Amino acid sequence: MSTSAEKIVTSTHDGQKAEHKQRKWQDYFTFNTDHKVIGIQYLVTAFLFYFVGGALAEVMRTELATPEPDLVQPEFYNQIMTMHGTIMLFLWIIPAGAAFANFLIPLMIGAEDMAFPRLNAVAYWMFPIGGILLMSSFFVGPAQAGWTSYPPLSLVASKWGQEIWILSILILGTSTILGSINFITTILKMRMPDMDIHSMPLFCWSMLATSGLILLGTPVLAAALILLSFDLIAGTSFFNPAGGGDPIVYQHMFWFYSHPAVYIMVLPFFGIISEVLPVHARKPIFGYRAIAYSSLAIAFLGLIVWAHHMFTSGTPGWLRMFFMATTMVIAVPTGIKVFSWTATIWGGKINLNSAMLFGVGFISLFLIGGLSGIMVASVPFDIHVHDTYFVVAHFHYVLFGGSVLALFAGIYHWFPKMTGRMLNETWGRIHFALTYIGFNLTFLPMHQLGIQGMNRRVALYDAQFQSVNMICTIGSYILAVSTLPFVVNVLWSVFKGEKAGRNPWRALTLEWQTSSPPAIENFEEEPVLWAGPYEYGVDTEMIDEDSSIEEMLAEVSAEAK
Amino acid sequence: MQSSALDESKVTLNYHHEAAGHHGHPDHRMFGVILFLIGDSMTFLGFFAAFLIYRTMMPVWPPEGTPELELLVPIINTIVLVSSSFVMHQGQTAIKRNDVSGLRLWFGITAAMGAVFLLGQGYEYFHSELGLTTNLFASCFYALTGFHGLHVTVGVLLILSVLWRSRSKEHYSSGSHFGVEAAEIYWHFVDVIWVILFILVYLL
Ligand code: HEM
Ligand SMILES: [Cu+2]
Repeated sequence: MSTSAEKIVTSTHDGQKAEHKQRKWQDYFTFNTDHKVIGIQYLVTAFLFYFVGGALAEVMRTELATPEPDLVQPEFYNQIMTMHGTIMLFLWIIPAGAAFANFLIPLMIGAEDMAFPRLNAVAYWMFPIGGILLMSSFFVGPAQAGWTSYPPLSLVASKWGQEIWILSILILGTSTILGSINFITTILKMRMPDMDIHSMPLFCWSMLATSGLILLGTPVLAAALILLSFDLIAGTSFFNPAGGGDPIVYQHMFWFYSHPAVYIMVLPFFGIISEVLPVHARKPIFGYRAIAYSSLAIAFLGLIVWAHHMFTSGTPGWLRMFFMATTMVIAVPTGIKVFSWTATIWGGKINLNSAMLFGVGFISLFLIGGLSGIMVASVPFDIHVHDTYFVVAHFHYVLFGGSVLALFAGIYHWFPKMTGRMLNETWGRIHFALTYIGFNLTFLPMHQLGIQGMNRRVALYDAQFQSVNMICTIGSYILAVSTLPFVVNVLWSVFKGEKAGRNPWRALTLEWQTSSPPAIENFEEEPVLWAGPYEYGVDTEMIDEDSSIEEMLAEVSAEAK
Repeated sequence: MQSSALDESKVTLNYHHEAAGHHGHPDHRMFGVILFLIGDSMTFLGFFAAFLIYRTMMPVWPPEGTPELELLVPIINTIVLVSSSFVMHQGQTAIKRNDVSGLRLWFGITAAMGAVFLLGQGYEYFHSELGLTTNLFASCFYALTGFHGLHVTVGVLLILSVLWRSRSKEHYSSGSHFGVEAAEIYWHFVDVIWVILFILVYLL
């Protein structure tokens, strides 16, 4: 066994395996069923949409630099505001989570592919279709009722734009449901024989929780949107008070999905952080089971807190108390995670590279978003800041400071695995610095704006807010610029970056046991579960990247002792 | 996609070969179908919850002036649909004995019963005094029964595709008949949903 295994290893290293089927660049543009191709497809497509969403944000911020609506008409502001929110959530963050899940899950559990590869490809292709459909609404005037599309507003403004919005969300939602079926089945049924559920990487746990939420929540959103569509097109009045309907019912159905959806948008990135931190701090994860089970706890609690978005919608007092209490309880499992991450890097041999910088940046910004979350969970405070910039600040801290920063941590961490090449460290750090500064400059002042009473979702505002808004706008320009070093770095490194080898970070999870980029069949040799996923020692020797699996195994497990 | 198995690996590993075909590697499709149905049931849960909220929140329900629903056709429909589940199960029992013609017979009857249900629903729609936009109750009525009817239609198509595939005697066997089982579990699901829907909309 060892001789032929070595032969394969050597052949991988000279001339990138002549006898294997080669990955062709065309694969990425076709209906390909390889989970690694699909993962990259998701990531690149989502990133392209991120550009559109970001550009719209810059238009909004430029408009908001002055109190008067001078750059765009208020109606158009509402449209790009709606599109920005929808794109960022449904075309960037959620698909980006699916990107990592697709690329990583089978590798991490030693499987050859997802449970249903063809279904997987179908799910991916629904994503660009839904996205382009959404973009097409620019030709008829996009929806302008916000990403929440509350009736009756959504029934009276931009009828066709709204209908396109509904259809594309239905397509994108179905895509995520199909994806979640694949993730759950793969994680539960396809782990390599030796890997029990408590020795799988934490990213898999977080995707399990995420997929459960998608499966239980998204169909309810679909039901709400179907009814909304009837109201819009067929003249029914499910949600239209003018015809005897009730808009509050829409809000309940919408938030039954959309609160869990905020966990759909952040749990995958919790998972990424749980992978990135131990590797670069060279320490075992602190509280494996605590982190794993807290994902499940968050998912469960996430299903029973939705009406905290409706404190000002005439929700009766006792119900508000209930939802306030359950919401605050979520802080417990979330806090467990944050403490576990902090304890993980505490006293570690931290290698402050780009991945780790984004990881630590994530903890700090997500913490702020989490704390302001507890503030708005409290009814008396929320009544004051509901629909103000305080809320805008809060959700950008969790979505951008949280999810997006963790996403970049994940890219810096797994880029070598995905492409076989390292990203440039210097540019990575510049990217981080600009992002961190730009982000805080843009969004920190918004807390103050909100508390002072500046409404969200408006193009014009009271002149007293002008100076603070100017700071936000300048910050947003820094943020826009911050993406450039990243894009240049990626494009340059894909072709010219330093070769990564199979395990540049000396990590223990299984995806690092195969070549970079992984062979089409994932593992050329049967993967070996040599240690738990996080058994790092603090004092480590460099591992020779060209060594065979057996040698690596010996060294890393010695290190783990 | 796995056709690329390495020449070298033939000597070394059975890993790829095990996982390559559908043979020898465990079949998770039924698990996937069940997950899908859990998701789908949440759509109905959403509709039912909306309906119940309307029912409890509205001062008068159904709104004043709503004509009574005729019960005869839906009751017949309920009987047809519920018994079709038992008929269909005979088909699965048959294929477990490798009896393909039995499968075709029972599934054929099930498809016909499904069609009767759909015709009955069409008749009901056609003769009802309610219009889609008459009032909130009428809209709910059409949305719920219509969405369910769509599921019945899909179910009939699934059964027909099983019938189509079973033209060749070899396609399904006692050991391998995922298509049969998937169609059947889906049909039972649609059946259960109907019973709940019937109670909610017609009886309550
Ligand atoms: C360049 C970075 C960004 C800037 C400058 C920015 C700015 C803004 C602004 C000005 C608004 C509108 C506030 C209003 O009028 O109420 C907004 C809304 C929103 N943003 Fe961002 N944003 C950025 C990135 C993101 C990211 C990365 C996400 C999510 C991953 C995101 C999600 C949202 C959502 C969900 C809304 C709410 C839309 C609505 O009210 O319907 N944003 N953002
Ligand atoms: Cu919420």
